[in-house]
Amino acid sequence: MCLAVPGRVVEIAGSDELRTARVEFGGVVRPACLAYVPEAQVGDYVLVHVGFAISRIDEDTARETYAILAEIGALELPEEESDAPH
Amino acid sequence: MRHIDEYRDPSAVAAAGRQIRETVTRPWTLMEVCGGQTHSILKFGLEQLLPEQVELVHGPGCPVCVTPLELIDRAVAIAGRPDVVFCSFGDMLRVPGSREDLLSVKARGGDVRIVYSPLDALKIARQHPDRRVVFFAVGFETTAPANAMAVLRAATLGLDNFAVIVAHVLVPPALEVLLSCPDARIQGLLAPGHVCAVTGYRDYEPLAARHSIPIAVTGFEPLDLLRGVHAVVRQLEAGTCRVENAYPRVVQAEGNPAARRVVDDVFVVSDRKWRGLGEIPESGLTLAPKYARFDAEKVFDVKGLDVREPAECRSGLVLQGRLKPPECPEFGHRCTPEHPLGATMVSSEGACAAYFHYRRPVPEPAAPAAR
Repeated sequence: MCLAVPGRVVEIAGSDELRTARVEFGGVVRPACLAYVPEAQVGDYVLVHVGFAISRIDEDTARETYAILAEIGALELPEEESDAPH
Repeated sequence: MRHIDEYRDPSAVAAAGRQIRETVTRPWTLMEVCGGQTHSILKFGLEQLLPEQVELVHGPGCPVCVTPLELIDRAVAIAGRPDVVFCSFGDMLRVPGSREDLLSVKARGGDVRIVYSPLDALKIARQHPDRRVVFFAVGFETTAPANAMAVLRAATLGLDNFAVIVAHVLVPPALEVLLSCPDARIQGLLAPGHVCAVTGYRDYEPLAARHSIPIAVTGFEPLDLLRGVHAVVRQLEAGTCRVENAYPRVVQAEGNPAARRVVDDVFVVSDRKWRGLGEIPESGLTLAPKYARFDAEKVFDVKGLDVREPAECRSGLVLQGRLKPPECPEFGHRCTPEHPLGATMVSSEGACAAYFHYRRPVPEPAAPAAR
């Protein structure tokens, strides 16, 4: 029930409580209500739960997490990918 | 998929496991609260990566599993009405009621539909003004904003043929009950990351202080879960008991203010019965008086329910973290996902279903759970 999946906002329409996006999840595009992430823009990753984005994923924090993991030797990513994990 | 695949990287996961093993010096018992976390732990075999001293017990974080039987029976009664289109998330359909489940109602001709979002139910209500559309609003704090928005939009649109059965529960009051048990053996908590994405984690700070227990807000991917375990174990070893955010790319301390505003407008906090845990004060949500006309329990006054809990199902103990599914004599024998005795074997977040799917062959009931 609390399953929420990160996806990339590819298109936004409407405003306020009717603000809706098309969100791409690994090639599959589904609609999601953006009423709860008014700051989300096209290109952002949002966490979608039962058709609602409940959080915008903080890319800076995600990168910091990765830097920490790399530091403890948990990750062995090639140099050029260390900034932008896929 | 970005923000998923990198948190499943096998070498990273193995290194995170090593990091925990290097930190632990004594035995510790941790509870992961959310059923989604339980499934990830079993699916990815994370327990095998942990040192023997770290035991994970599984919490009550499965909304389907804790929905009281009388509410399921009420839903079955409402779904069976010829004027009703009954909409629900798929998990709820196969949860056994006292006599039958929602899928049986559908099989005998009832208009029972699985929806992906409460907004789908709202759409059906708009398309069928001549029918009464009822949505089974089950969930924790994560789902409350979506269900609240459905009610808010129904009010805005004047959709009087839409109603909801509200089965919303709140995590912190249930944790208070579990941690207050005199024989509670939980020493650290992995708080549910997606609940906290909505609510933030301030409500967990009094729990940590009152019960002297470290809490890590934790995500759902293998690396997220191990990060949460490491955060809690590190605190246990150091003797501290703070709330730590081990899922910062998603969770902010204050949660999601826009979502909380709508939830606070549509719902009020109320006492609620949890299946397996009993009545817990201020542990649920009910529609605020100004939205009471959307309350399906009031719209359809179902009478004469004969609620009968199956005596052989021990899911109450499983939900309290007191029994691991393979320790139940019925597990994998009389109780399977095809023929479940209780909700924990049905739901995609139920602990029994997780063990059944990821931990077979089934050990003998008397044998200890495989680690």
